Order: sequence, then structure tokens, then C-alpha cells
Amino acid sequence: MAAGVATWLPFARAAAVGWLPLAKKSMPKPPVDNSSKSDEILYVNVSGVRFQTWKNTLDRYPDTLLGSSEKEFFFNEETQEYFFDRDPEMFRHILNFYRTGKLHYPRHECIQAFDEELAFYGIVPEIIGDCCMEEYRDRKKENQERLAEDTEATEGADAPLPPDSTQRERLWRAFENPHTSTMALVFYYVTGFFIAVSVIANIVETVPCRPPKGSVKDLPCGEKYQVAFFCMDTACVLIFTFEYLMRLFAAPSRCKFMRSVMSVIDVVAIMPYYIGLVMPENEDVSGAFVTLRVFRVFRIFKFSRHSQGLRILGYTLKSCASELGFLLFSLTMAIIIFATVMFYAEKGTKNSDFTSIPASFWYTIVTMTTLGYGDMVPGTIAGKIFGSICSLSGVLVIALPVPVIVSNFSRIYHQNQRADKMRAQQKVRMARIRMAKKGTANAFLQYKEDRGIGDRDSDSTTMCVKNRSTFEHQHHHLLHCLEKTTLCMTESAFRTSRSTSLSSQQGAHNNSTGCCPRRARRRAAMRLANSTVSVSRGSIQELDTLHSKTTTITPQTRSSLNAQPTDLKLNCGEQDFTAAIISIPTPPANTPDESLPPSPAPIPGILRNTRATACTYDTFKISSL
Amino acid sequence: MEREEHSENSLHTIAIILMCCGAVKMLHMLGVITVDDKADDDLEMTMVCHRPEGLDQLQAQTNFSKRELQVLYRGFKNECPSGVVNEDTFKQIYSQFFPHGDASQYAHYLFNAFDTAHSGSIMFEDFVTALSILLRGTVTEKLQWTFNLYDINRDGYINKEEMTDIVRAIYDMMGKYTYPVLKTDTPKQHVDAFFQKMDKNRDGVVTLDEFIMSCQEDENIMRSLQLFENVI
Repeated sequence: MAAGVATWLPFARAAAVGWLPLAKKSMPKPPVDNSSKSDEILYVNVSGVRFQTWKNTLDRYPDTLLGSSEKEFFFNEETQEYFFDRDPEMFRHILNFYRTGKLHYPRHECIQAFDEELAFYGIVPEIIGDCCMEEYRDRKKENQERLAEDTEATEGADAPLPPDSTQRERLWRAFENPHTSTMALVFYYVTGFFIAVSVIANIVETVPCRPPKGSVKDLPCGEKYQVAFFCMDTACVLIFTFEYLMRLFAAPSRCKFMRSVMSVIDVVAIMPYYIGLVMPENEDVSGAFVTLRVFRVFRIFKFSRHSQGLRILGYTLKSCASELGFLLFSLTMAIIIFATVMFYAEKGTKNSDFTSIPASFWYTIVTMTTLGYGDMVPGTIAGKIFGSICSLSGVLVIALPVPVIVSNFSRIYHQNQRADKMRAQQKVRMARIRMAKKGTANAFLQYKEDRGIGDRDSDSTTMCVKNRSTFEHQHHHLLHCLEKTTLCMTESAFRTSRSTSLSSQQGAHNNSTGCCPRRARRRAAMRLANSTVSVSRGSIQELDTLHSKTTTITPQTRSSLNAQPTDLKLNCGEQDFTAAIISIPTPPANTPDESLPPSPAPIPGILRNTRATACTYDTFKISSL
Repeated sequence: MEREEHSENSLHTIAIILMCCGAVKMLHMLGVITVDDKADDDLEMTMVCHRPEGLDQLQAQTNFSKRELQVLYRGFKNECPSGVVNEDTFKQIYSQFFPHGDASQYAHYLFNAFDTAHSGSIMFEDFVTALSILLRGTVTEKLQWTFNLYDINRDGYINKEEMTDIVRAIYDMMGKYTYPVLKTDTPKQHVDAFFQKMDKNRDGVVTLDEFIMSCQEDENIMRSLQLFENVI
């Protein structure tokens, strides 16, 4: 319900007494309201800033957080106040909304922050008062545009193609983004070159060349070297046709492509040539043919594929269509008015150029745009006066829409620049995220290793417990549980192991991502099937302590089933040693993917078979792929 | 010669045009004609403010406690900072409670009932006085207030037309989509039933005494009157 209605409800209910004598039946019982009726002051503490308000004030809007029972979740018993850990500056505006019924948008705040606060307090942004609504809407739209650009940039066309794209898709990509492949770039430059050649040929064709022998008149070069120009034209048109057909073939949606502006320009550029070929060399028709040649100049618009700036200009003009339309309309009005006035002012003069109103149009246009050719001048005094008024007003009328167009262009241009900046920034951001992820993964593996040690010996734990926050502990425990659930292991890139005990620990640069890269392992398995050397599996470089005391070390993985008979000769003294977790790659039937992380279970944590070649840790040879 | 003549003509034209513009401007300055800039004058009218009598006086006049009056006033003042409610605002507020139908007509009658001084606007005192009667008054007072509400022209009698108007206004509040569907003569039937009950001497009008007496005889009405006591 609208603002403040809650205040008037008691009055409306009281007024219901007026219906009673008319009532045919008796009234239902009123709802019993057990809450305290007296108004009280509530204390709201927002990040240390204390606000006080009447309870009634907050109750005005029962479908918001503060007006409903939801605020009880934030009630602090000890201090008897409602505590919100939010921005006190913003809260001021929120509370003012309750007090005055109007929500204002603070102009210096970030629009997203404001929106988030509103969402938190359960207030719908539509309530914003008229005074601030426009600003809010504008900022919000701008922000959304920016976000849309961001998402566009992230899924930008520079992203590598999925590996299984068809020839057609690749071709289309090559056309749209020339810098993705060398071939595309070459083609791009070649077409650009031919466009330039074609345009220059068109121009040079009309330049007068020296006449051939035996003639006095100057001839345009086009007619003198007709064959040469024809060949050049043919070559260009062939290239353009070829390009157009390739694009048509590669386009994901042919209909859409055919209707796009660039495609139309392409067609218009090559059509005249074909029509010229088809048409007979007839004197009557060649007049029309000559007109068609004019369209050849449209080839210059093909450059817009090559030039970003040109595209921006075109887009600007399109977006300023309404301003341009207004300009045109007002100009037309002014022209008609002044032409009429001038005509009637100059009507009487002899030999006047102003023979009719349409004839005066020319004078008016030339004067208003301050060209002033001087081919038509007013003769009478009145004509001169009106003529000067005309030129003065012309300057004004033309100058008005220009800033609008300029600002539009500037905005669009900057948007474009922003897109490029965003792309560059994205790359940096992604790199940073990758590094952070790697760090987390490493931390997790470190944790697992430490846990293994921690089970055994408290001394070691102190050594390995770094400054890890509670959050990290819990996070790692979570990942651990996930591993146990899925029986997969996380892989990491090479990580230097703590083990001084391992002689040749070669980090396995297993770049396979994901939990269980079976393919990689299988390959590894194949290679080392017959190796007697224990092979460390992929990049698992977990280190485990083995309880040297206990004898039975039951292998807990399936991989142990088909391993060589295990002789876990781990009766090597009392010392701890760290053994690399190795599992013998089994034939594909039973990929040794599972491994159980060291568990604090009573079974001492041996994960896999260790095929120890020697007892002492010194001679453990672990080579990894 | 010809040219001079034509020049003279054009000069005459210009002179005529200039004189017309001057005349229009002068008339505008004199205020005889206005050209689109009268918006400034209206702004000064709206800054009316009204303060109610003191809290103690109101407490003496009404049956509310000080705290209740405070709560009421705070709500009232918040909604109407100028201290008065005019009829349009009143209609708007009341219509918000009845979204299905058209409450404007009934709100009009209510407004007149509240506005005892017939000043065209309700002040806090009127508001509180009426509420006091409706919520804390005696049965007789309540019935008297209701009679006042029904008696549109304040002549001391309720006749059939007034009653029909009231009943129709009430049915309008229900809106178009009711169950069972309202027929056009439902209000009339309702009024007839009302008069049947209330008009003791069958003279076609209901006086205050008849009204009070009939209501007091009706169990339902008496019971219902108690229901609204704890609204505030």
C-alpha cells in the first residue's frame, strides 16, 4: 500500500461505525492485537551510529525489513537495540524514507551500492520520489550499459574458438576478426588494397589525359586506356564478388547477413559492373548505364569494415537521427518562410532573380548556410533587410543541433575506447585470478600434507601450521571431505615438496586440470607398464608418513589389487620417513584414480602401494613422469 | 520611379508589421492579454498552516489520553504537514483502503461528517473529536454521529433520497465484481428494508429519536458498536 496508509487505518476503521445501522448481519469480531499499543522509541545502531525513531514510523511500511518482524533477527539483547552492520550514510536516507514517505537518491553515491542497500532493507526502488527519479534512472541505465559491455568484452570475440568448430564457423570468425589468423589478416589487407585501387581507378578515369595522336580535344583517361581500366575494374570486382560469396557461405545466418548494411554495400558496389556486362551497348540505355556507374563510388564505404572510426561515425549519425531530423525540419520551415518573404519583397523589381518562391529557396539556403554565392541578391531595401535577418537566423538554426551530435559522437567513441580498455583489464584480471586459484590449491595440498603429519606427531604440526586462518582450515577441511566423497584427488602443478628425503623428486608437470584426468594417466600407465621403478602417479606428490611401528599396512585402494604383491618393507627402523605416494599405474581396466587421502582413521595412512626398492628413506627412488 | 514606389511599399509593409508587434507587447504589459507566463502567481496560495489547540485542551475535550493524542497527532502531522486535510486528499486517503471500488462518494459524505464547521478542510481538532466520539463515545453519541452522517443536508431528517445516496455510495465501494452480483435495485431494496425498520410512524422520514430508538432495539447493532472500541 502507499505511503502512510497505515497511519490512517485506525481512522478508516473508526469510520466504519457509519455502516452499522445499515448492516444486515452482525459484524465479525475484530482482530485481537496483543502488542503494546503505546508508541515507543526504537534504537537502531548502524555500524556504531545510533539512530532513534518511533516504532510507528517504522511500522508505516510493513513490507520492508524495518517495518516487519524481520528486524527482530537483528535485535541485540544486551544493548537492547537493533544492530545492522551496514553503511550509516545510506541508512540515513533509508530512515528518511520512513519519516517522510519519499525516498531520495544521494547523487554522490554509487548506484550499485545504493541498490544493494535498498535490496537489503526490502525497499523497492520504484518508490524513489520524482525529484530524484530521473537521476536514478539515468545512472542505473548507464551502469547497466557498462555491465553489458563488460560481459560482452569477457565473452569477446577474442576468445579462442571451441576446438570442434566447423570449417564454416572458422571462416566466419576469420572474416569478423582478421587478427585471429594470419590468413585472415592477409585477406583483410588484400581486400583493403583492392578497394583503394578501385576507388582511385574511378577517380583517375575521369582525369583528362593527353589526346591520342591526331586529335586535338583532351580525352579523359578512362577512354584513352579503356582496356587497362576495364581489366582493373574486372579484377577488383572479381575479388569483391569472391569475398562476398565467401562471407555469404560462412555467415551463421544467411538471411540476417543479407539484410545487414555491409552486405548491402557490397552488393551495391559490385552490381553496376555485372549490369554493365549484361546490358547491350545501346545508345539509349547507356545513359542509364552511366548513372549506374555512379554507384561504383559506394565501394569506398567498404572501408568501414576496415576502419573503426568510420563505423563509429555511421553509428553516431544513426543515433542522432532524431536531432538531424529536427534540424532538417526546422531548416525547411525557416527556408519556406524566408523564401516567401523575399519573394514578395522583391516582387516588383525588374530583372529580379526572385521569379518564384521555389526560385527563392536557392537564395535562402545559400544565405542561411552563410555560403553567399552572390548569384542572387536582393535589390530592394526591404529585401536587403529580410536578407540580413535570414542570414543571421541561419547561423542560429544550424548551430543548434551540432553540439548534440558532437556529444553523441564523443560518448560513443569513448564507449568504444572503454571496451578496449576493458578487454585489456580483463586479461590482467584473469591472470590474477588464475594465480590466486593456484595459490589456494597449493595451500590445500599443503594442508593435506600437514594433516598427515599432524596425526602422528605434534611437533611437526607446530612446524607446519602456518598463519592459517580459521577460514582456511575450514575451507580445506571442506575440500578434503569433497575428495573423500568423490574419491578424486586435486592435482596441482609442480610444487616443491618438503621432503628432503626424496632423492630425485621430479615434479610432474602434469598440466591436466580437473579431478581425474584419466587420459593422461592412462598414457603414463602405458609407458611405464613394465617399469620396475615405482612411478609416481602424475603429479600427486603427497607425502605421507608411515607408521613405522605398525606392521600391517593395509593398502586401501583398488589399485593395490592388481599391483605386484606388496611387500611393504616398511620396517625400517623407527625413523619417520616420508614416502612418496606412488601408485603403480595399472592397465586401463582399473585406473588408479582413487586414492584416499590420509585419514585420521586408526588404520595408519598408507594410501597406495609403495614399491620400495629400499628401506631407508635415503634410497627411495621415485621418479615421476 | 517604379522601383522607388515598390521600395516604399515594402517599407510600408515593414512599418505595419513593427507597429503590430509593438501593440501586442504593450497590451501584454498592460495585462490585458497574457501570454503563457502566469505560473508564478499560483505558488503563493498553498502555504496555509494550522496549529491545533494545546494538548491539555484537547485532552479535556476528547476522551483520549495524552499519549494517544500524541500518537494521533504525530501520524496526522506526518501525513499533512500543513495541519489541514482538504477534501481531495481525504478522498485519496480513503480510497486507498478500498481498491476494488470507488470510494470517492462515500468519502465525500464522510468528509462532511468530519468537517463539522463546514470550512472545507479538516483540522486536527475535527479529526480527533470525531474519533473520540466513534471510539470512546457513548452509544447515543455514536448513533448521533451516524445520524449526522446520513443526514446529508443537515435538516434533521433522513429521507429516502439521502438514504439511497448513502447506500449507493457504500455499494460503490464494493466495486463491480461482487458475489452475488449486484443488481441495480439492490440499494433500493436495502433502503426500503432500512426504512421499514427505522421509520416508526411511517411518515417517510427518519428523525433522530426514531433512529436512536430503533437502533437500540436491534441487538446486532448494539453488539457491533462495541467492536470498534479498541481500534487505537
